[in-house]
Amino acid sequence: MTKNINTKRRSFIKVSAAAGGGMVLGFNFFACKEESKLPEFVAPILEEPGKWTEMNGFLSIGDNGVVTIMSPNPEIGQNVKTSMPMIIAEELDADWEQVKVEQAPLDTEKYQRQIAGGSQSIRFGWESLRKTGATARQMLVQAAADQWGVPASEITTDRGMIYHKASDQSISYGAVASAAAQLEVPEEVTLKDPKDFKLIGHRVRNVDGWDIVQGKPLFGLDIQEEGMKIAMIVHPPAFGMKIKSMDDAAVKQMDGITDVIRINVEPEGWNPQWSDVNAYPELAVVVGETTWQVMKAKKALKVEWEEESPLENTAAQKDLLDDMLMNGAVEVARKDGDPDGAFAKAAKIVEKTYSAPFLAHNTMEPMNFYANVTADRAELVGPIQTPMFLEMTLESVLGLPKDKIDIMMTRMGGGFGRRLYGHFGTEAALISQAIKSPVKLVYTREDDMTQGTYRPMYKVLYRAGLDEDGNMIAFHVRGTGLPESPIFANRYPAGAVDNYLAENVKVNTNISTGAWRAPRSNFIAMAEQSFLDEVAEAAGKDPIAFRLELFKKAEANPIGEDNDYDAARYAGVLELVKEKAGWTEDSGLSRGVSAYYCHNSYVAQVLDIALEDGLPKVKKVYCAVDCGIVVNPEGAINQIEGGIIDGIGHAMFSEMTFTDGKPDQENFHQYRLIRQTEAPDEIEVFFVDNGEHPTGLGEPSLPPIGAALANALYQATGKRFYDQPFANQIDLLG
Amino acid sequence: MANLTINVNGKDHTVDVAEDTPILWVLRDHLKLVGTKYGCGIAQCGACTIHLDGKAARSCSLPVVAATGKKITTIEGLSEDGSHPVQQAWIEHDVAQCGYCQAGQIMTASALLNENKNPSDAQIVEAMNGNICRCGTYTRIRAAVKTAAKNA
Repeated sequence: MTKNINTKRRSFIKVSAAAGGGMVLGFNFFACKEESKLPEFVAPILEEPGKWTEMNGFLSIGDNGVVTIMSPNPEIGQNVKTSMPMIIAEELDADWEQVKVEQAPLDTEKYQRQIAGGSQSIRFGWESLRKTGATARQMLVQAAADQWGVPASEITTDRGMIYHKASDQSISYGAVASAAAQLEVPEEVTLKDPKDFKLIGHRVRNVDGWDIVQGKPLFGLDIQEEGMKIAMIVHPPAFGMKIKSMDDAAVKQMDGITDVIRINVEPEGWNPQWSDVNAYPELAVVVGETTWQVMKAKKALKVEWEEESPLENTAAQKDLLDDMLMNGAVEVARKDGDPDGAFAKAAKIVEKTYSAPFLAHNTMEPMNFYANVTADRAELVGPIQTPMFLEMTLESVLGLPKDKIDIMMTRMGGGFGRRLYGHFGTEAALISQAIKSPVKLVYTREDDMTQGTYRPMYKVLYRAGLDEDGNMIAFHVRGTGLPESPIFANRYPAGAVDNYLAENVKVNTNISTGAWRAPRSNFIAMAEQSFLDEVAEAAGKDPIAFRLELFKKAEANPIGEDNDYDAARYAGVLELVKEKAGWTEDSGLSRGVSAYYCHNSYVAQVLDIALEDGLPKVKKVYCAVDCGIVVNPEGAINQIEGGIIDGIGHAMFSEMTFTDGKPDQENFHQYRLIRQTEAPDEIEVFFVDNGEHPTGLGEPSLPPIGAALANALYQATGKRFYDQPFANQIDLLG
Repeated sequence: MANLTINVNGKDHTVDVAEDTPILWVLRDHLKLVGTKYGCGIAQCGACTIHLDGKAARSCSLPVVAATGKKITTIEGLSEDGSHPVQQAWIEHDVAQCGYCQAGQIMTASALLNENKNPSDAQIVEAMNGNICRCGTYTRIRAAVKTAAKNA
């Protein structure tokens, strides 16, 4: 289907031909293949053009045909720096081997939604990125048509070349770019028929792959600037504490130490954004010449703390959630039919509770930021998922207008939601302003892990009522957590059960929390899909057949309104994984199944385990995914594999616990992350090919896998796993 | 503070640092070789892995004096152009997601292949177990080490 789309002229900035410079690197895998000893893959070198023409905010074309595409969104490892430019290049009909991708800085005039969050970059970027490429292509075609005196409609393009078959003429994009940029920006552009895609749907490697394997400076922590100092913070040791006083006399005498200061990132009159989550706005700061000198000084700094709110303990938090789940003030989120009546009539009731602990994000690159703040300007460079909100915060904290604040995003050593909350950027800016010097703020691993912004602690109660025939006639979910309930009231099985009740109970904590890869879904999917496994068993039904029955019902005769899923697509991934995993055959292993829909993508998984020396070993995961059109299968599969491994690891091993407000885990010797030996032997991914609008993959494969694991563990051991991390109950296996 | 000479990627460098300074911070702050990453500072995550006389070592927890008289190789010195079989295999399998831990993974893998040209699956998993990847690229890492062993 070809669509004519009206291009908003305002959003398409035309810039006249401009000379550019700088070393250009792109992808040319075909160089230097002749000598037999040379490697198969060669770091690409593209020739620098004599002149660049900027076609729009995203695209520059060199007179030699080299194309630079700006990647607007922050790159946290979700691979948008490859996939978003691919969408532009597709509609431009560019030669990908002549494309160089650059990270765009924050620019709210040129770009929309420069955020890495919610797996939404591709979903929201799809139309506008296509239009951007197609508009430039149309202008290049028009320029060639004008030059040749032929109708534009007779012209074709392929990989950066323009052809007029009838007159046997051809010309490169580079040769007409300058003329094309002088043309009126077209009102309407024609997008490709997806069946004509040459790049989308094909496996394309990470554009930063070469730099990564060679250890090139890509990350915030790698920034080195002339005259730059190193700063480290000292934050309170426990949630509920704040700084009272500090004695910096000894530390100031230490080698390389230049400043010891205090900062407050929430000054009087500031204008907080949603992204300003921070348990510790007041900090002690040590500044010096080198990282090791500052690390030593930071340890030696004497700080006195005072309690400002109660210091919490994990055991008491668990008791509190147990109590609140039963006795707390309940807010009804959704009610269909007559749940009480249906439960009263039920032949069988299944009731279970599930829980999960606080989790730290633990991005491998700890928080950091570079800042150079002078009287009239602020320049910031670093890893941030929400640069536009950091800019708004900085306006009020620094007292500078937006146009005097420049923010550049680096490639990030992981995000997972942690870098949505940019207090570390504000801290770097305030430190630079105070010491009147460019500075790089560096968190130690301990600073990072104990700072908060954790995945909340959750607890949920499920009840299901079955009739004599094993039909689920009533469903009740009540969720609570510190400080939020994990429930999505309109998600499955809402819509598939006549009598349905979803309730939330709110409980507060002074431990700071934030979005963690697939917020709420990362727990509730494990709870819900483990519970349905147990309900299916009680109903005497196969767990996949049981779920499919419910989807069929929700599709044919949905109960209630605002059901937040498409039952047919949901059932589709389950059917696909059932077929691919050979569900009806005996794999000789213990298998568990799970399916979930979040962030607009559908995922179903079958996980096989074997017990080796009494410990579970994941042998294989089959994963079916419906994310519509798959832009880059290479990156997509990598994301899905990563989400599965991450999800298994956190369900199995990870937790943050507290003693008198102080985190018991400060570094990786105490906080267990999944390692190579515990990763599945094999993961196989299958996509539903349906041509739907593409949706994101940074999160959706993680939520369901915890339940696939729990359900497989049950098959292997006969024991159900209700509380994460499962490793705490591994003695149950014996 | 003391003047110490260390050999990094085939070149001698003299640096004026405290003797307890970890090799990691000498590389990153003094020699501006930032390919070697800081992850935990306590030899638990492997992001800082270098070769010390060809063997994998955690540079965050080794004082620079431990490296005098030895040869340090960092990710920047593994090859001039990304042609080392392990780097090649990492490209072939498109291993990286965020990429932050990968220099350490590559240094551990290349040290393994220095000692064992044809490691078994179990030996690969065991050798790589000290390197954490929060993105979860473990299956690709395993496949890439196997490919590298084949091509080395």
